This record gives sequence, C-alpha cells and structure tokens, in this order.
Amino acid sequence: MSDGPASACPLPLRDYAHVVLGHGAGGALSRDLIEGIFLPAFSNEWLDQRGDSAVLDSTGLSSGTALDIARHLGNAGRLAVSTDSYVVRPLVFPGGSIGDLAVHGTVNDLAMSGARPLVLTAGFILEEGLAIAALATIVERMARAAREAGVVIVAGDTKVVERGHGDGLYINTAGIGVVPPEVRLGNEPVRPGDVVLVSGTIGDHGLAIMSVREGLEFDAPIASDTAPLHGLVSTMLAACPGIRLLRDPTRGGVAASLNEIAALASVGIEIDEDAVPVRPAVAAACEILGLDPLLVANEGKLLAIVPAAAADAVLAAMRAHPRGRDAVALGRIVAAHTQLVVMRTAIGGTRVIPLPLGEQLPRIC
Amino acid sequence: MATRPERPHYESRIMKHLAEYRDADTARRLAAEIGRIATRPWAIMEVCGGQTHSIIRNGIDQLLPRGSDRGVELIHGPGCPVCVTPLETIDRALAIARRPGTILCSFGDMLRVPGSREDLFAVKAAGGDVRVVYSPLDAVKLARRHPEREVVFLAIGFETTAPANAMAVKVAAEQGLRNFSMLVSHVLVPPAIAAIMQAAGNRVQAFLAAGHVCSVMGTWQYPPLAREWRVPIVVTGFEPLDLLEGIRRAVVQLEAGRHEVENAYPRAVTERGNEAAQQVIAEVFTPVDRAWRGIGVIPASGWRLADAYAAYDAEQRFDLGGITAVESPLCRSGEVLRGMLKPDQCPAFGRECTPRTPLGATMVSSEGACAAYYNFRQARDSAHV
Repeated sequence: MSDGPASACPLPLRDYAHVVLGHGAGGALSRDLIEGIFLPAFSNEWLDQRGDSAVLDSTGLSSGTALDIARHLGNAGRLAVSTDSYVVRPLVFPGGSIGDLAVHGTVNDLAMSGARPLVLTAGFILEEGLAIAALATIVERMARAAREAGVVIVAGDTKVVERGHGDGLYINTAGIGVVPPEVRLGNEPVRPGDVVLVSGTIGDHGLAIMSVREGLEFDAPIASDTAPLHGLVSTMLAACPGIRLLRDPTRGGVAASLNEIAALASVGIEIDEDAVPVRPAVAAACEILGLDPLLVANEGKLLAIVPAAAADAVLAAMRAHPRGRDAVALGRIVAAHTQLVVMRTAIGGTRVIPLPLGEQLPRIC
Repeated sequence: MATRPERPHYESRIMKHLAEYRDADTARRLAAEIGRIATRPWAIMEVCGGQTHSIIRNGIDQLLPRGSDRGVELIHGPGCPVCVTPLETIDRALAIARRPGTILCSFGDMLRVPGSREDLFAVKAAGGDVRVVYSPLDAVKLARRHPEREVVFLAIGFETTAPANAMAVKVAAEQGLRNFSMLVSHVLVPPAIAAIMQAAGNRVQAFLAAGHVCSVMGTWQYPPLAREWRVPIVVTGFEPLDLLEGIRRAVVQLEAGRHEVENAYPRAVTERGNEAAQQVIAEVFTPVDRAWRGIGVIPASGWRLADAYAAYDAEQRFDLGGITAVESPLCRSGEVLRGMLKPDQCPAFGRECTPRTPLGATMVSSEGACAAYYNFRQARDSAHV
C-alpha cells in the first residue's frame, strides 16, 4: 500500500492510538488488529489460514501436541477448534438471546470447517447488579440451544466485574468438533467459474437488534435468524463433498465475508443485485435507517463456494433442509478484478462492494 | 386480546412503492431514450449527495451514453453535507466532545469524518461521550434526562434537516432547558449553484436540483438562478427512474437551448414547498456566510441560530473561537467538485489521499467522486493485470 502518512495529511485512520468500536466490526479495522497485532504474535499454520475454525490435521504439523491429537484421532477424523465471544445489547431480542448466539455462533464456526460440533466450554463475565432472574433465563435458553444443536457444555467459568464495567453479561464459548474423514471441504482452491450460494435471506439478525434499539415497530417484527447450521452443512457435503469453502457472514455481513474470500483466494467475485434475498421488512428497515443489508450481520446463514457442476445439486439439497429453504445462487467467482467484489445492479450497471472499514453508520442523506 | 384492526403491511407498502421507481426495463428504456436525444456531449451536475449515492449504488452513470461526441457526463456536486462540513467545525465538535461532562450527539456518518488530527470515534475511544442519534429531538430528550450535563447536537445538513433541527431548538426553549445547545453548520443549495456557475472554467451545463431540499423549500428559489445563468434546473428524486427522468428532461432542455426550472419529482415537491417548515426555519435560523470544505467561503450559503436563540448556540456557550484549521494544501477537491479536475489527475490521489486517509470532501464520503473513482480504478486495474 502506498497510502503512508504525509506531513499535511490527517492522522491515518488505521493508526488509531486507542481501540475504537470499528475494530470489532469485522471490517478493515478488524483486519488491521489481526494482521498488525494478533497474527505476528501467535502465527502458526492453522491460525494463518484465518478460517472460522482451525482443523488440526496431521499434514505439515510442527507442534508436538497437535500432532499427538491428530494421531490419537487416527481414522476417526480431524479435530476442529474455535472460540468466539458474545457482546450484544439487548440481551434478549426477537428470535433469540445472547445465550442462543453463544451456542450457535461457535457451533457455526466449527460447521464452516465441515466439522460435527461435539462439546463447548462457556465463560460468563457478569456485571454487578445483573438480575439473577435475567441470568437464569439466558442460561436456560443457552442450555436449550445446546440440546437442540446436539452439543454438550463440558466446562465453564464465571467472573463478576464491578457495576459499570460490563454490559450486564458477556459470554465466551469455545468449541471442539470432528471433521469426518470423508469430508473434502477446502481440498481444492476457490477458482473462476465456481458459484457463490447463500443459504437464505440476509440482514435479519442485525436488523432485529437495531429495530429494538431504535424503537422501530413493524407489523411483522423482524426476528433474528440465529440458528445452528451444521445440519445444513452435512446435507450440503453429502450432495457435494468437494465444496470449496464455507463462511458464515456474521459481523460485517455478506460484504465482509465475500471480500475476505476474494482476498484470501486471490479471485474476483461478481454478485447479482437481483439475486440478493432480503425480507421486505428488513429491506424497509434498511431504507429507513440508511443501511445496506449486505453489511448487516447474520447469525444463521452461510455462504458456500461450490464447483459450477455441483451448484444445482447443492442448491437442491439446501432447499430441502429447513435452514436452507430460501437458498439461492448469489453470483460467481471470476478471473477479472482480482480481490474485488463487484455487484451487477438490477438496472444493468455495476458497483464495487468494498470491505467495510468499521461499523456501518446510518447515513444522513 | 382485542382484535387488531386490519391494515396493510407497512413494510411491504414501502417496498412496493419503491419497486415502482426501480423497474429495470423502464430504466433501460429511459437510458436508451437519453441516448437517442443527446446529439452532443453534455455535463450535468447532480447537486445532492443522496442522488450521488443512488447513482453509484445503482450504476446509473454506466447506462448513459458515453463518448466525446455525444455523451452525458454526471458531475457529482457538493451536496453531501458530511463532506462539505469544514474542517474547523469538525475540530470544534471534537473539542466539545473532549470536554468532561459533555454529551456530543451527531448523525452517524459524521463520526468518521477526520478533523485535523482525529475523528469522533477516536475521541469516544479516549473517553469522550459521543452518541449517534436519528433525530435532534433525541438529543433534547437526553438533555432533559441529564440536567447535570451539557448536551450538544452537531447540526449539519442542507435545507432538508433544518426543520427538525429548528424544532429541536424551539422545543428546548419551550421546556426551558439550559443544558442543550447546537453546533450549527447548515448549508444551502441555491448559493452553491450560483458559486459553481460563477467559478472560472465551470463545465456544468445543467443541474439536477435536490428533491428533498425542494420538498421543504419548494421550487420558487430556482427560476432566478436558471434565468441569470441560463442553466436548466430539474428538480429530481432519488430512485433510479427518478434520476433517469431528471437527466432526460435536462438533456431535452439542453438540446432545445432552453433553461427552465422543471419539477420531475412532483410526488414530493410543490412550488411553495412546506410552508410550516419554512416558517420554523425563518424563526430559528438566520443566513450567514459559510465555508465549504474544499470550496471555501460562499456568501450567505448557510444558516446560524438567530439572535433570539443565541443561548442555544454552542459556539457562544463554549469558548471555541480560538479553534481554526487549515485544509491540506495538497487537496484539490474543490476543482473535482466543480468537474474541472478528474480525481486521478490530482497529484495526491492514491498517494497522500485515499479512502482511509482522506484529505478532502470528495475522498471523505464513500460516494465522493474521489472515493468512488478510487474503488473503481482498483477494479479496472486489477481486471487488466
């Protein structure tokens, strides 16, 4: 990059001296933290792949412990590991709660490696003053979400911080799953001609949260799409074991995930505006709030890059599954405009979908 | 539970209404008609940032005839209130936000606009209380809820946001709130049109006037401008078909050698506008010379709080007079805004000035001409690697 600071230049935004909210939004500022601070300190062959979870297979292993784990598993599969922290306000919202998110988020990170999620750990950071009844409600919902997802919470931790030092409740979960030996997800790189699929309507989760915060009321309330996706993934892998790549477009939305894919695979991505599935209520709320649904978070949707020859079969399998009923082909991988995501607009123009910088901000005009 | 009265779904009504103005077939037909009408190259400026947003978002400019002999070029005008807010105002807002015990309220997209050294996000991260509101009345509510704290609303925007901002001041006055004030940096469209036409080397031959500004102010301010500068002014909306129809009417006028004010957005705009809103504005605000980022001072191109409401003026409440700021000497966004310089002809473009390190108005906003050019240039360059 050639955009270094010059004497007459305002402070470059990436050189923030303090953490700003945008560092947590899954866009370019988040990438700065990962590339500038975390990866240099922790670099290893799994972390450097920057997937939603790490798959500890025995190829190219340098770490003795991980090698041992892989050997122990033998033919039973490969171990997948992931972790995620959950901070959301309000704690309970239409369609879910922070407890549901804490289960589904980590389960889905594992599922994006093709893993069958098995166990979770849960860490709770509670703020002094949180109502015990509210905690109990969230924990019950979390337990139900875990049962429904078929995972067991096997270890936990609780800390309490002083009033004013937390938003009521934060949760961290870590998860372990096993990738069955027959799964070949990611064996072949993403390449031009591949098809981009999305498992359903986008923006539901983010707008559900924002509608509550902004006091927007709709006749049919917008509910979060929070849901576990490993069942859908296993159906898709049965239809096409050679799916190139899976991502769940959470923070930063579909725009951030597609930009990540384009950058990591060094390909161009082209999507069709007409194909983007958005519920009417979500589209209307986005119009009112000045937001782009492509940048809004999802908690129960996935993006899949599949070989063109298998696209119809995978799509049919997705639509036959309750979590993929509204699945569509969103676009394609192209050789042109490497590392960029371009949208063909409904009226026949094109526009670049850039990686969001930080948080999406409501527009004034 | 009582039975709810039957009413059509609010959200599906909104989207159905909008869909009518986004129809792809009609858009292509309109674009083709513009191609048939244009016999020479024409340069048309859309004034409003919301229109620029829609043009970029839908790729409308790519549907228009292109070519040196008979193309239609859209010049993105200075109508994004976020981008044209002067550096000095941003620095003053930052200074207010840094004061202990103060809450600075702003529309969302002002938060990332860089001042001389930092932006509101950075002040927030360092402990300042900066809040995004959707309405200035939310800021008044905050002031009522926190009588022990100063609440300041950063009141920017064109004529469109002025009525709500004026109402907020009136409400605060009616409620006798002593801890509410506004940092006002309102700007006006008609003086900007005059300034653009006056500039040496001007290339703009017709204007798409901002539909929402006119829904408040009406169209009566524009005929004198059209006459004086012999320039067609078409009041235009924001959806793809609105914009294409506005462009079509502008080209028809240009081809015929006419220079009239036309209303291509009659579903929202009348000649007299919203007179109740204009009354509130006239009571609360008074015209003032205003600096525009990248352009400089334009006479009588803004509003400040009227003397009767001076108690609510943050500039007077806080000692901000000492804060001045100098725009980057490298930045030539004023020329870009007038269509006299292509973004990549600026020596700072892509070097000192990028979307992450913007020097001027046109790079600050993601739809500014320079930022849009930067993204598309990346796309084009990588396509040819």
